[in-house]
Amino acid sequence: MWRDAALVAGKDLRIEGRSRVGLSQVAPFGIVALVLFAFALGPDRQLMAKGAPGLFWVAVLFCTVLAVQRSVSVESSDGARDGLRLSGIDPAGLYLGKTAAVAAQLVVLELLLAVGVILLYGARIEVPWMIVVSCLLGTVGLAATGTLYGALSAGIRVRETLLPFLLLPIAAPVLLAGTRIWQAAMAGGTPATGMQWLRLLVVFDAVYVAIGVVLFGPIQETA
Amino acid sequence: MAPAALPSSAVSLRNAVALSGRFPLLAGVDLEVAVGETVLVEGPNGAGKTSLLRVCAGLVPLASGHLSVLGLDPTRSRTHLRRRVGLLSHASHLYDDLTVRENLRFAVRAAGGEVSRIDPACERWGLVGRLAKTAAGRLSAGQRRRVALAVLTARWPELWLLDEPHAGLDASARALLDAAVLEAAASGVTVLIASHESGPVEELASRAVTVTGGRVTAERSLTAPSKAGGAGVDAPDVAAATPVVARPQQGRVAHVA
Amino acid sequence: MTDDSTTATATATAAGAADDPSTAIAGTIGSGLVAHPPTAVAPNTGVTVSPVQSPRSRMIERAIGALALVGTVATVWLGIWVTPPDKTQGDLVRLVYIHPGVAWVALYLAFGLAAVSSLLYLWPRTRSLFWDRLAAASVEVGVVFNVCTLVSGSIWGKPTWGVWWAWDARLTSTAVLLVLFLGYLALRRVPAEPEVRARRSAFVALFAAVDIPIIHFSVNWWNTLHQGATVLNANLSPQIHGSMAWTLLLGFVALTLVFVWMLLVRYRIGVLEDWLGANELDLALAERHSEGSGRLDGPVADRPGAA
Repeated sequence: MWRDAALVAGKDLRIEGRSRVGLSQVAPFGIVALVLFAFALGPDRQLMAKGAPGLFWVAVLFCTVLAVQRSVSVESSDGARDGLRLSGIDPAGLYLGKTAAVAAQLVVLELLLAVGVILLYGARIEVPWMIVVSCLLGTVGLAATGTLYGALSAGIRVRETLLPFLLLPIAAPVLLAGTRIWQAAMAGGTPATGMQWLRLLVVFDAVYVAIGVVLFGPIQETA
Repeated sequence: MAPAALPSSAVSLRNAVALSGRFPLLAGVDLEVAVGETVLVEGPNGAGKTSLLRVCAGLVPLASGHLSVLGLDPTRSRTHLRRRVGLLSHASHLYDDLTVRENLRFAVRAAGGEVSRIDPACERWGLVGRLAKTAAGRLSAGQRRRVALAVLTARWPELWLLDEPHAGLDASARALLDAAVLEAAASGVTVLIASHESGPVEELASRAVTVTGGRVTAERSLTAPSKAGGAGVDAPDVAAATPVVARPQQGRVAHVA
Repeated sequence: MTDDSTTATATATAAGAADDPSTAIAGTIGSGLVAHPPTAVAPNTGVTVSPVQSPRSRMIERAIGALALVGTVATVWLGIWVTPPDKTQGDLVRLVYIHPGVAWVALYLAFGLAAVSSLLYLWPRTRSLFWDRLAAASVEVGVVFNVCTLVSGSIWGKPTWGVWWAWDARLTSTAVLLVLFLGYLALRRVPAEPEVRARRSAFVALFAAVDIPIIHFSVNWWNTLHQGATVLNANLSPQIHGSMAWTLLLGFVALTLVFVWMLLVRYRIGVLEDWLGANELDLALAERHSEGSGRLDGPVADRPGAA
């Protein structure tokens, strides 16, 4: 299973490296989102600094949808999805590989967005390790649920509009937890609350990764 | 490559019905293919030839009826079975952004094949030099087919399901394909070829079944493929650069009425 | 043959009407115009799907419907005229006979039933399209009750809290559940084979079932840890005693019966739809068999549904 996961993750990342969709399309979209939020909240810097955690995570959620859509549409070229099924590759390995690839792309995007948030909104971070851990855990959760729903809607023609609608409510806990952890880790927050939310993220990640590993095979045969 | 436990038949279908939505792709197919046999599946467009192969590959589940491939039930032993079966379909399952070589590596490794067989397969099908480093998105249809064939010969599974394999190939590639099929048959591989062309393809098979309206409606035997021609290409890892060797049989085979 | 199809379609759309449509079906089919039998075997389930409702099930459905009607009318009468108003909330408290009832149905009964049915559908040993139909019917009726919950809660909240909406755990979870329900229904509208659609929907229901507790928990935390949540935690529950308690109980029972009745009707519509589909399949099989070699149309095997 792990070998297959590494194989698939490598393949997806190599494709991303070649086509650079994540870098040239998703990242700029994230930045645009941050700028639009700034317009929406007005020039009050205090307000923006307060809202920075939430805005960061909303931008990350939007980017997740795009990254997952891309991950799914890669398999639409020339019937590659059928090819994966035919090859007899372990479905759990396939799931972990695709999740890992999406997660890797998201981590890079988050780095970019975090820098953007600090620069654009003037957010001040006091407990950096909490930020980093929350991003990592949140990414895993988003990638895990995203890949799951991506596979579920892979064969549907209206996937572009349906996937966000299905995925975002499920990803809401990541948004809640991520925002709270960031608030706890920033100037004026209480780090102790952050710890509780980190625990929630761990549970969320564990549950959905487990579901994915177990159910990806049957889901694959459905689409 | 040799099957672990010898099943009595490679493919066995009884009253198989497969659906796509409300449309019956297969409407009650009865077919038995013995191990090592090469069978030609003929029929007009839309008859169900492709569906038949896809059902055997385990991609389409049966709505009713019985199916066993290499002695196993495709819905139970999915992963095991798929590694022993190779389907050559209309699509080539390639990733546009990866090069030919990268695609080959991925496809063979994903199917659990040996990486060492990739180079010989490349040479056999002429995927060398600059072509090997071209992105798959830039290939012509015939070239994509060659890549898919390279994956097949590198994997060398026990059951080959070829869907209109000659379509899109130039003359030299066709000859290579014929040679590969004969070689596979000689090594005990079971081959099912779906084709709506008649003529040269009949020399490869020992039997032809006709599919119309989602069912097998006729059957006839063909003269056995000449083993002498097949031996012209000795081992799987020698580059086949001699299209002339496969052709001479053409004059000798009598067309079955 | 066309008579059957049009009748069945007309019946399916009219099935929501108060009039019992099954007599209409029975009448038409019994009239002897049938070219193929009224029952059809749905593929992969082996279950015979019959459009004709047995007299017993018709009686049960009617009985439940009648009870539900009586119960609801009784609750309304008791709630509005007989029970006394509350000391603090006045007449507004009469919503307590409706709101918790619809909330219980939407959040626990409908959702729970949908989740359990989906699980039973996915489990190989109990796999049957019956569970899928039940889950879908449950979700659809659940949406109605969910909206009622939100609306009645909102109406109750405005005079009490001064706002139309509050982000407390229960309201928020209800809203998220509504969105998840709607997502489920949107997914079901995508054209697909019954088994494919059933599996997809079942997975989505399962994932939603896992997510809802997490969301409820998170929002609860979110609110308690956040400083500004004071006003909204004000206790809505009034003092319940005497006639109020009985009316409350009656309300629960009546609303549950309404749900069950709607569920039965919606389920039966699902059966009719499936029967229609299975009949079309018989026709399609016959046509396919009679195919000559000249037929050029018909879908190519590896194209359907490919994105």
